[in-house]
This record gives sequence, structure tokens and C-alpha cells, in this order.
Amino acid sequence: MGLPAIPIVSDPGLDETVKGLTPEKIAKVVNRIIDSETAARFKVYMKTCVHCGLCSDACHWFLSNDRDPRFSPVGKVKQTLWEIIKRKDSLDPAFLKECSRIAHTECNVCRRCSMYCPFGIDIAYLLMVVRRICSELEMVPQFLQDTVNSHSVTMNQMWVKQDEWIDTLQWQEEEAKGEIKTARIPLDKEGADVFYSVIAPEPKILAQLIGNIAQIMAVAKVDWTMPSFDGWDNSNMAMYSGDFETMGRVERYHHEAALKLKARRIVMGECGHAFRGAAYDGPKWLGWKQPPIPLIHAVDFYHELITTGRIKIARKFKTPVTVQEPCNIVRGRGLGKKLREIIAATCEDFTPPYPDFEHNYCCGAGGGVINCGPPWKTSRVKGNEVKAKQLAETKAKIIITPCHNCHSGIEDIISGYKLGMHVKFFSEILMEVMEIPDELRA
Amino acid sequence: MNLKAYPEKHSWDWETSTKEIANISDWISSFPEVQEIVISPEGERIAAIVMTEDDVFSVCVNGELWTNTFEKAWSLKFSPNGSLFCIGMNDDEWTVIEEDKPWEDSFDYVWNMKFSPESPGVGVNVRTSEGYGVALNGNPWDSKFVQMRSLEVSPDGKRAAGTVQLTSLAEGDVFSFKKGLWGLAVDGELWGTNFLNVWDCVFSTEGTKVAAEVRLVSGRQTIAVDGIPWDQEFKAVWRPIFVPDGHDVIAPCLTTDGWRLLVNGKSLWNKSFNQAWNTVFSPNGAKLAAVVSPEFGRWTIGVDGNVWKNSFGEVVLAPVFSPDGQRVAAVAKDSGKWTIIVNDVPWIENFDMIWDPAFSPDGLHVAAKAARGSDYFVVVDGKNSNQKFSKLGAPVFSPDGSRLLMKTVEAGRYFRKIVPLKNLL
Repeated sequence: MGLPAIPIVSDPGLDETVKGLTPEKIAKVVNRIIDSETAARFKVYMKTCVHCGLCSDACHWFLSNDRDPRFSPVGKVKQTLWEIIKRKDSLDPAFLKECSRIAHTECNVCRRCSMYCPFGIDIAYLLMVVRRICSELEMVPQFLQDTVNSHSVTMNQMWVKQDEWIDTLQWQEEEAKGEIKTARIPLDKEGADVFYSVIAPEPKILAQLIGNIAQIMAVAKVDWTMPSFDGWDNSNMAMYSGDFETMGRVERYHHEAALKLKARRIVMGECGHAFRGAAYDGPKWLGWKQPPIPLIHAVDFYHELITTGRIKIARKFKTPVTVQEPCNIVRGRGLGKKLREIIAATCEDFTPPYPDFEHNYCCGAGGGVINCGPPWKTSRVKGNEVKAKQLAETKAKIIITPCHNCHSGIEDIISGYKLGMHVKFFSEILMEVMEIPDELRA
Repeated sequence: MNLKAYPEKHSWDWETSTKEIANISDWISSFPEVQEIVISPEGERIAAIVMTEDDVFSVCVNGELWTNTFEKAWSLKFSPNGSLFCIGMNDDEWTVIEEDKPWEDSFDYVWNMKFSPESPGVGVNVRTSEGYGVALNGNPWDSKFVQMRSLEVSPDGKRAAGTVQLTSLAEGDVFSFKKGLWGLAVDGELWGTNFLNVWDCVFSTEGTKVAAEVRLVSGRQTIAVDGIPWDQEFKAVWRPIFVPDGHDVIAPCLTTDGWRLLVNGKSLWNKSFNQAWNTVFSPNGAKLAAVVSPEFGRWTIGVDGNVWKNSFGEVVLAPVFSPDGQRVAAVAKDSGKWTIIVNDVPWIENFDMIWDPAFSPDGLHVAAKAARGSDYFVVVDGKNSNQKFSKLGAPVFSPDGSRLLMKTVEAGRYFRKIVPLKNLL
């Protein structure tokens, strides 16, 4: 099942930018970040680590690359942060390029390693400090930076223009009405129970998912809205590049859009990193202990709709399925049980992966790694052979992936390892099995 | 376009205690689809976009249909002066319709309808085959741009500004992006300076100057006024405001010791905060208030640098001044419940949702729309009227402050009610 060794690739975002770096520029940024932006947490982690290496077996990169210590979590910290601290005033540009490669493209900041660390050190946080340093020096892989540039301009990750967004919603409302006559996508409705937000790939390339949710909302008779203005995209790759100022602005737009519309709560579509950004990293940068309006992930929402009977299941999905449990909502939020329950309610033949729940492996795409783009695809797929083996062992035909990054990442794994499987969002399963009362049918 | 003068509240009917304006239930039984209702400022009209037959939409006002129909319609709004607008499309041509009369020009797309805050004036972003721009009061800008992402209308309604993209950008071209491809267009004319980003902009009171949040290069943001950046640079900034009747500009900026309010780049309040935003001047311009977070996870209001003692754990919304500028109120949330705080005194009752507070003309009373579950209430000075409504418009005080206009939907019927204030206290 193994793929060839990871090739050395060129990435203009790093190869060109590195030419403008000097040890002095690097030292200035490193000292500022270490002295002003990190605090006790950073020092405790750095001083507590005993270099035992027990985190290694947690990492899909390590497991998929012949147990090469360079790919172990502590190995990544050793190659980057330890060196940065050791010789912070004499770091050369080529070293920073290595730091970006390791921190941005070979770690998914999935936090599985924290569970294996005897001290519970948040090793992913340490790699995020490396990313922050790299970002402040503009050493970010080209496609990830382009995504961040899009966030900074448009508040969405795929350069979706304002008119394109609204036009897409209106088109998808028409499509949904073709199936369910009461389906609507109410724009800018004040006081709705649900403010529904998505990530930009939905209007850009997966618009049918918006039409699907319009049908689901109509069947469940949910009082909902989507904004016609910026703040509709809940994703945040700036969080992962290390551009926290852009991250904060994007999150402010998202939460303030819901506040402006006086929504009772935000329901986020099927994306894990977006949930992390909206629930944790974004609010904290802005000064909120928690999101100002209650915020739930789609898995939580579908669980509510199914268990309260607002959505009834007409028939179960027969094809054998397994699940990719998104790190940011299962390990990060504890939604694993609810995810299993909605799968059990809708699918006839489910085989769990092993390991699973919070111990499941990352998809390999999260943490901004898939956004680093085509140059890094080979290493990303090679770096998750363990996932391919895990999925193959389930013998499922369909992998339910309630996360956009997981969805794309697992598709690449399927293709790279020729698994002959397919991925589906949970909403796609629900669309196939939910009961649509005759009086609602168009 | 017919720009009506703003009707004074004095001319509204403050005598008739109850008027039944429309039976919404009839609309629902008459049309296959009735969208969200909107109510005029003086409460005499209620309207909704309705589907009259398959794929045909119109606007129903007090039970009467507009003569115009549309293949698509959205963004139905009453302007502050009480004119009814929406955006409609026929034959793939979009335009703005005011009071059943479409603008002469139509466009490939129309969105982002904005009204001037103090006088008649309506603007929209438009897309044509030539590019992106603005149509203000029915008149499209001559100039068009690669992309346009915002719109701000001047207080007098005669000028408009917005963020524009100056040249196109290929996918993944992070190097061209670094050159600064974004600018601000005012009445279609570009600022002479390009930036990495231009975010929210604001006009000065008399509409001659424009300030905006800008990013100069990665990691360096500031405020630019008429295209000229402040000398000082920051890690982050938020939306600026002009000092009323002047050209000084105030903005929250992230400095090395936290968020500060700065005026023209210099410290204004001798305090820094964990967060500061949503700055608002009193109507006479004498006082400045802002939402501030004095410590992580706590939110309150600062007025002229004095931070209120009461703080909230979840959120505090933009402050609202009384007409005389002596009192300040804001919506606040703690432990999952919403309330209003007035001059540092929170109301005791809390709600599942509460809307912006409105002061009486003398500033002594505060009214707001609030909700518990699916029931809506009018709350005055923290006291819940306990009359439940299925829908409710924003309450409005009479010019003499003795009465409150309530716009209520009960059992499917819309009523305009004038209630003596004393009955609500």
C-alpha cells in the first residue's frame, strides 16, 4: 500500500519569499513572538517535555513514513522550536523555510499527540507558534497564503464575490423549491432561531449542499436565515497560517453577522476546522470566553432534528458505511457519540474504524495542510498511509465525513491508495433517507 | 427618483389608540408564499414579498399588491423616511423598485441596499457587463471596477463610497496581491493610494471626507483619511468614526499594550483594553462611548474614558445615547440571557433576545422589543408589559414622550397602537 518517498517540491510562497529574509529580520520577529505573544503556557510546555518520544505513535505522519523520527510530533518541535529558542538571534532564512515546511505542511495540528504525551503537552500549539513566526515573516506556502488573502479581502476563503454569494443562494432556493415547495433560503431574516453558516467551497463548487440544507430546513420546519452580507463564511485558514489578525477579523464578521440578525444561535455546516475557529480560537483572540451567540456544529443540529422527530427517517441507507471522525468536533468537542447516533439512525450497515472516536487518526488534510495546495499533495497523501489502511479494513463503500477538509482529504486518500470507496457528507445521507411528507413535495 | 423629505414624528397619528392595518392571515391564505414582513417607521404600513403564482413575485402592502411583478425579488425594506424599496429581477435584469416604481436603469445584479442615516438617499452595489460600481438614488456611477465589496452612503445621501479592486488577480498570485490591489472609490473617483486591504469606511458628518481601515503590508494596519494613512501603524484596527462636525478621526487600534481608542493616531483615552470597538458619539458630539473589554471575557461600556463597573460575560452591543447625550444604554448578555444596561444599571429582567434600546425624547425612559421563546414583548425601563405578541416592530416614543407607538401582530392581524407611557411603567 506504500507510496514513494516524499519528494522535494518547490513552492513559490516559500522559495521566493525566503530570498528577502535576513537573520536580523528573523531575529526581530522571533524575539517579538516569543517575548510578547507567548506566556506561561509556552514556557511550561517547553520546560516540561522530557523528550520521551511517546507522542510519536500518535502521529499519522510518523506512522506513515516508516516511523521516521523526523515526522514524530516531538521531532517536529525539535527541528523547529527548539532550534529557534536555542539560536534565535542567528537563524538563517533556509532554516525558516524548513520550519514552514514542517509546521505548515507536515503537521495537521490535530492534537492526537496531546493524548499520548504523558504530560498532556499541547504539541500542536507549539507548532502553531512556529506557524505564527513563519506567517509574521510571510513564509507561508503559496496556496495557503492565497486562501488567507481571500479571507482578508472577502471574509471568505475562496474569493467568492458578494453578488456571486447571493445569486448562488437564490439559485439554490429555486432548486430546493423544485423538490419541496415550501423550501426557502430566507436572507437577512431578523430574529430567526437559526443563523446557518457555511464554508466558501459550498457556494463556489458544492452549491447543491446549500440546496440540500434548504430542503432539510423546510422538512424540519426550522426558522432560519442566511446573511446576504459578509460573515456568511465560517471557515478560517488565517487561524492556521498564523495570521491571527486576519483570523480575528474573519471571526468578528461571522459572529457579528449573527448578532446583527438577532439570531438565537448559529448552526455551522459540516466543517471541523471552521468549528474550531468559530468556537475557540477566534472568540479568544477577540476577547470572548465563548461565542457570543450559542454555536453548534451540523452534527449536533442533525442529532437534534432526528432525536426530536423533526426529521423522520423513511428508510435506512443500505450501502456499507464507515466514518471519518473530524478531529476538531470529535477530539476537540466530543461529538463522537452524537455522530454515531445519527449514523445509527440513518444507516443500516456501519463498521466503525479502528482506532476511533477521539483516538481516530486525522484525515491528513486538516490544519490548513490541504490548503497548501498541489505542491504538497503527494506528501500529504503519503503521510497518511495509516488512514488508508484503517479505512480499507472497514470494507465499507461509503465514508461519512462531516467536515469539508476531511471530505477532500479522504477523497485524495481513496484516490492515492485506490481504495475504491466514496465519501459523503452526512447531509447527503440524510437527503436520501429522510421522510418528506407528500404535502411538501413540489 | 422621488426623494421625499423625512416626515417628522410630529405628523404621525399619536391619537388613535388602535388601528387594525392588515390581516396577515388573509395574505397567507391568498398567496402560495408570504415572505418576511416589514413595517414602516410610523407603523401605518406593513408589507411582504409574496408569490402570486408559480415563479411570480410581487409586494403586498396593507393587503394591496404592487402592479409590478418579478421573477425574483428580495431585500424589501422601508427607508428611514418611510419609503418602501426592494430589489427585483425580470429577464435577468435587476433593479431597485421604490414604491412600486422601478429605477430607469437596470443591471446584471444589484445588492447591498443602504440608506443614508440622516436624510433621504439610497444606494446599491451593482454589476454590469462593464464591471462593478454603485447606483445612488437611481444614478449609476460612470466608473466601473474589477470588483466592489462595500457601500457607504454619506449622511446627506448625496455621496457614496466603497472598497474596490483595481486590477484582476490570478488564482494563487500572492506576489501581485502584495502590491496592493485594493482602493476606495468615492463617487466613482479613486483614492490615489492602493492598499493590501481596505475594509469599513465612513463619511464625515458633512460628507466631504472619508476614513477607512486599511492594511499597508502584512501585519501592519492603520486608518487612512482621504487616502492618506496615519503615520502610526498597528497590528490591527477597527472601524473609524469622525468627530461630529469636524475632521478628526477616532478608531480602536491594537497597540503594544492592548486596544486603545486613538484620535488621528494619538491616544485619546488614557487606558488600554483587552478589546474596544463600536465607538459612538452622542448626538451633540460632546461624548464618546465604546464597547470595551477591561479584562478577558468581560464586556461593558466606556464613556469618555470612564469604564462602567458592571460588566457582562458574553457580549455587549453598540451603545445608544439619549437625545441629550446624558444617558447611555446598551444591549448586554450574560449566562445565556439578554438584557439592557442603562448608565451602568442593568435591568433586572432578562430575555431570550432583546433589540436595541430607544430613549424617550427627554432621555428619562428606555423602551425595547424583547423575546422569550416565540413570544415578543415591549419592555420599558426594564418592566415587561406582559402583553405577548407573535410579531412586533421596534417601539417608538411620541415627540412629547408621553406615548409609545407599538406595532404588533396578534392572531394574524397587524395593529398600530398608541399606548400611554404611564400604562407601561
